[in-house]
Amino acid sequence: MSGNKASLAANGKIPGTTANNKIKVNNSAADRTISALTYILFALFAFICMYPFYYIIINTISANDLSANGNILFIPKGIHLKNYTDVFKIPGLWDATKVSVGRTLLGTALTVGASAFLGFMFSQEDMWGRKFWYRFTIITMYFNAGIIPWYLTMRNLNLTNNFLAYILPAIVSPFFIILVKTFVESTPRELQQAAEIDGAGIMTFFFRIMLPIIKPILATVAIFAAVGQWNAFQDTLLLVTESKLYSLQFILYNYINQASSLSTLVNLQNSGSTIMQSLATKQTTTSVRMTVTIIVVFPIILVYPIFQRFFVKGIMIGAVKG
Amino acid sequence: MKLVESSKRSVSIKKFIYILPFMALLGVFAYYPLYGWVYAFFDYMPPIPLSKSPFVGLMWFRSLVENQVKVGQLLQVLKNTFGMSGLNILFSWLPMVFAIFLNEIRNMRFRKLVQTVTTLPNFISWVLVYSLAFSMFSSEGMANSLLKDMGLVTSPVLFLQSREHVWITMWAWYTWKSLGWSAIMYIAAITGIDDSLYEAAHVDGATRMQVIRHITIPSLLPTYFVLLMLQIASFLNNGMEQYYVFQNAFNKETIQVLDLFVFNLAMGGGSYSVSAAISMLKSIISVVLLFAVNGLSKLFRGESIV
Repeated sequence: MSGNKASLAANGKIPGTTANNKIKVNNSAADRTISALTYILFALFAFICMYPFYYIIINTISANDLSANGNILFIPKGIHLKNYTDVFKIPGLWDATKVSVGRTLLGTALTVGASAFLGFMFSQEDMWGRKFWYRFTIITMYFNAGIIPWYLTMRNLNLTNNFLAYILPAIVSPFFIILVKTFVESTPRELQQAAEIDGAGIMTFFFRIMLPIIKPILATVAIFAAVGQWNAFQDTLLLVTESKLYSLQFILYNYINQASSLSTLVNLQNSGSTIMQSLATKQTTTSVRMTVTIIVVFPIILVYPIFQRFFVKGIMIGAVKG
Repeated sequence: MKLVESSKRSVSIKKFIYILPFMALLGVFAYYPLYGWVYAFFDYMPPIPLSKSPFVGLMWFRSLVENQVKVGQLLQVLKNTFGMSGLNILFSWLPMVFAIFLNEIRNMRFRKLVQTVTTLPNFISWVLVYSLAFSMFSSEGMANSLLKDMGLVTSPVLFLQSREHVWITMWAWYTWKSLGWSAIMYIAAITGIDDSLYEAAHVDGATRMQVIRHITIPSLLPTYFVLLMLQIASFLNNGMEQYYVFQNAFNKETIQVLDLFVFNLAMGGGSYSVSAAISMLKSIISVVLLFAVNGLSKLFRGESIV
C-alpha cells in the first residue's frame, strides 16, 4: 500500500493504470481495437449525457415557431432572450422560485450544522449512551415506515402545507453524520486533549478548533444537502396543496402537462402592448416548458463543475487514506 | 477520587444532553411514522378521525390474498417491481466495467471530460429527467422530428406512452442518470490497488486485457458484492418519484411498482388503510431481506455489510 501512496504523491499520476508504467505495454491489434472501441463508446455516452441539456438550451433561445416544429436540432436559429423575460410573468413561478431558494439555503445550513455537531459528538467516547444513540441514528437508514404512514403522521403533526415540513425532517441525516464522524475520527486525538488541558470546554473546542478542520467534509455535505433540497419533489407532492408553498420542481412537473394554458396566459399579457407579436417570440407550450426546465436546472449546471472536482478529490483522498 | 468520578459522569451526561434535542427530532421523523402502521388495522375513512374509526384487525391483510381483484392488481404490481429491480440487478456490473475501461483511457483531458459530463445527470431531479425525456421523445420532440425528416415514419412514434417497453425504458433512464456517478466508487477503489501488482504483471508480459482480468477485476469484486447485496436488500424499494413522473394512463399497468402503487391507492383512491397495510408488509419484508443478505455476506465473505 505504501508504494501506492507514494506514487500518488510523487508524480501525481493515478496508480494502477497501464499508462503509468515505463515498461512497454504489449500493444497487440486486439488491444488497439479495444482501445478505439472504448474511446468511441465513452464519447457516445458522454454525448448522450450532454445533448438533452444542450438541445433544450438552444431551443429556448431560438425562434419559438421553429422550436415548436422540432426544427432546432444542433444550432440555434433566430436567437432571442424573450422567453426568459416572459416566463416570469407566469403566476406562481416567482413564488415557487422563492420557495425553492429559501428551502435550499435554510435547509442546507441547518443540515450541515446538525451533521457537523452530531458527527463530532458521536466521536466523543465519553458521551453517555454513545453506542446506543449512534445505533439509534444509523438504523433509521435501513427501514422506512412507508409513504402513507409518513403522510398520516406528518398530517397529525400539522406539518402539511407548512414550510417547516421541507426543512425539519432533513436536519438529522444519518448518512451525513457518518461522513462527518469518520472525518473527525481521522483527526489526532491529542488536539482535544491539549484543548482540555488548556481549559477549553467542549463547545469552545468544537467551534474554534474542530469546525475549521472539518470544512472539507462539511463542503461535501453542503453540496449533497443543497442538491437534495433543490431537487425535492415528493414532499411537495405529498404534503402541500397550497400553491404558495409549491417548490419549483413541482411547478415544473405541472407545467409539462399544462403548458398550453400557461402560454396563452403569457401571450394575452404581452398583447396588451402595441407591438405586434411575431411568431418567433410568441409563447408556445414548448417554449414555456423548456424555459422553465432551464431555470430549474440552471443552478445545478452552474455550480456543478466546481463541486465535481471537490468531491471526486474527496473520495480519492478517502480511498488512499483507507 | 469520587469528585473526579462524579465530574466525569456529569460531563458524560452533559454531552448526551447536547444531542438530546436532535435525537428527539429524529425520533419524531424516523420512528414516529411507524405509528402510522396502526391505520392498517382500522377502516380509516377521512374525514372521520382514527379514534372514531372501526377496528378491523387483519381484514385488510386478508383481503390482499383473498379478494380476487386485489390479488390480481397486487400480482401485476409485484411483476413490475420484480421486473424493474431485476433488470437493475442484472446490469449491476455496468458501473464497474465503466470504471475499469475509463481507467484505461490514456488521454487525461478526455477522461476528465467524460467523468464530469457523465456524472451530471445524477444531480438533476426525476422531474427534470422527465422534462428532458418529454423534449426528446414526445410526439413533437426531437426523436420524432428526426425520424420524420429522415422519412422513416409518417406519424409520430408514441415513445412515452408505450406500455410494452416501460421496463427497459425505465432501466435506461436509470442507467443514464446513475452510471457515471456509481462508477466513481469503483474508480476510487482502482486507485487503491497496489502498484506492485501491476508492475509484476508487466514484467510477466501481460496484455491490457489480462491485467484487467487477473488484477483489476478481482480487486474490485469485494466492492461490487457489497453494493450488489445492498441492491438486493432494496429489491422492493424502487422509489416512487421516477415512476410517478413517467406514469400516464397508457403505461400505468406496467409502470406501477410497489411504491407507486401504494401511493396511488391512498392519494388517488383514498384507500389509506390498505395502503398502510401494504406499506407495513413491505417495510417488514425489506428488513428481513436486509438481515438475510447480511447473513449471507457473513457466511460467504466473513464480513457483514451493516
